[in-house]
Amino acid sequence: MADTKTITPKDPAFVRAWDWLTETQIWTSIFRHNAPIDDRNRVLVMLSNVFLHLHPVRLRKSGVRLRYTWCMGGLSFFLFLQLTFTGLLLMFYYRPTLEYAYTDIVSLREHVPLGIMREMHRWGAHAMVITVWLHMFRVFMTGSYKPPREFNWNVGVIMLVLTLLLSFTGYLLPWDQLAIWAITVGSNMARATPFLGNEGPGASLLALGDVGLIHQADDARFFLLGGTFVGESALLRFYVFHCVAIPLVIGFLMAVHFWRVRKDGGISGPL
Amino acid sequence: MADEPKTPSAAGTPTPAAKPAVKPPAATAANDAKLAGRTTTAAARPRPKAKAKKVDVDTSPLMGRRGWMGLAWGSFTAASAGCLAATGRFMFPNVLNEPPQQFTVGFPEDFGQGVDERFKVEHGVWVIRTDNDHTHETPGFYVLISVCTHLGCTPNWLSAENKFKCPCHGSGFRPSGINFEGPAPRPLERARIVRQEDGQILVDKSQHFQEELGQWTDPESFLQI
Repeated sequence: MADTKTITPKDPAFVRAWDWLTETQIWTSIFRHNAPIDDRNRVLVMLSNVFLHLHPVRLRKSGVRLRYTWCMGGLSFFLFLQLTFTGLLLMFYYRPTLEYAYTDIVSLREHVPLGIMREMHRWGAHAMVITVWLHMFRVFMTGSYKPPREFNWNVGVIMLVLTLLLSFTGYLLPWDQLAIWAITVGSNMARATPFLGNEGPGASLLALGDVGLIHQADDARFFLLGGTFVGESALLRFYVFHCVAIPLVIGFLMAVHFWRVRKDGGISGPL
Repeated sequence: MADEPKTPSAAGTPTPAAKPAVKPPAATAANDAKLAGRTTTAAARPRPKAKAKKVDVDTSPLMGRRGWMGLAWGSFTAASAGCLAATGRFMFPNVLNEPPQQFTVGFPEDFGQGVDERFKVEHGVWVIRTDNDHTHETPGFYVLISVCTHLGCTPNWLSAENKFKCPCHGSGFRPSGINFEGPAPRPLERARIVRQEDGQILVDKSQHFQEELGQWTDPESFLQI
């Protein structure tokens, strides 16, 4: 036993398995950088991930100060995603017809396991209206609407209106008395739209000779309701606005909004 | 040690120069980190003093920073898994708005001879009264499921031609349910038919009888009157 023998200890099996896994083409085609243990790889993580690339690689310290941002923009986006997801699930059970709309809402509570999906959608919707307003309030109070951010402020104002329209159109879908009369009252306001509402200022000016162009069956209110009162076509229209049209537009504007935040120098900070 | 198996595999993969240039240094760095971690823990074990010095960095009374992070991520993961499970369960409602599998079709006196089509639309069956059954060779009732045995379309009853004819690919069936033309490979299936205590006929679609399996001889596949 005079000879000494050096034995290199083998790595444990899971370490070898991990090494093998991270060498495979599948793994390296998905994760194109190493773990974010150094500056270069931390940057690569942010740049090469479609979800993370929305975030800047670096941000100012004030950007993560809760008392400055209130996190309301992020919360609004989070609630939008939550509403999209729960709304999608509700669409599996809800039919926008006079015969089924109300009973489907009831059955979403009674017949479906864990009947809270509708409540999550409803409370999430209330919360999103609140967070969007607070986000706007914060942006106003910090003066973040000033150049170069004035364009993004306007995008935000449009998205605020769209959020309120989402809330308004979603309100009709349960098709109970509250919904029908709330939308009746709400859509009556569209009668008074300047020029485009049949009772609005200037509507009588839009006429060919003595034939009025704007009347009850072709004004702004009719566009919303698809009829002259809140009936089945109004329900269908509000459903399509609520589930498809407005979410598409607001999703597009959100992309513009986030992109613009980055281009205008990131989240505004204290001067 | 870790470098040796890496080089041949990198040469074997179709992606050439760029990849190995990036990988090895980082991999060795990761290896160093592993080794570093090992040496410190190994070194820390015999000398508790060194550990005691480290503790004062984290003065949390309940749990260390690492513990809290573990708890936070653990509960977040658990909550997410719970939500995912609940979402999956959401797709399976507790109430189905479908016609029941078992239903009464009335008293035997309510039926004339031949094929009765009244229950086809709602329940997907024909109730047939016959003088002389194909299998039992006695008068009585049987129920045919109105699903073609070819590809599952719904055949039509053509009373003038005294046959069931599938509109999809032209399979034809005798009133007994036996196939005789077209691509259908086997006869129509029969459903369970029994007499209730009040004398009404009960049809039970949850139990099927297939002729080619010899199941038409089953007493519940045919109601003798």
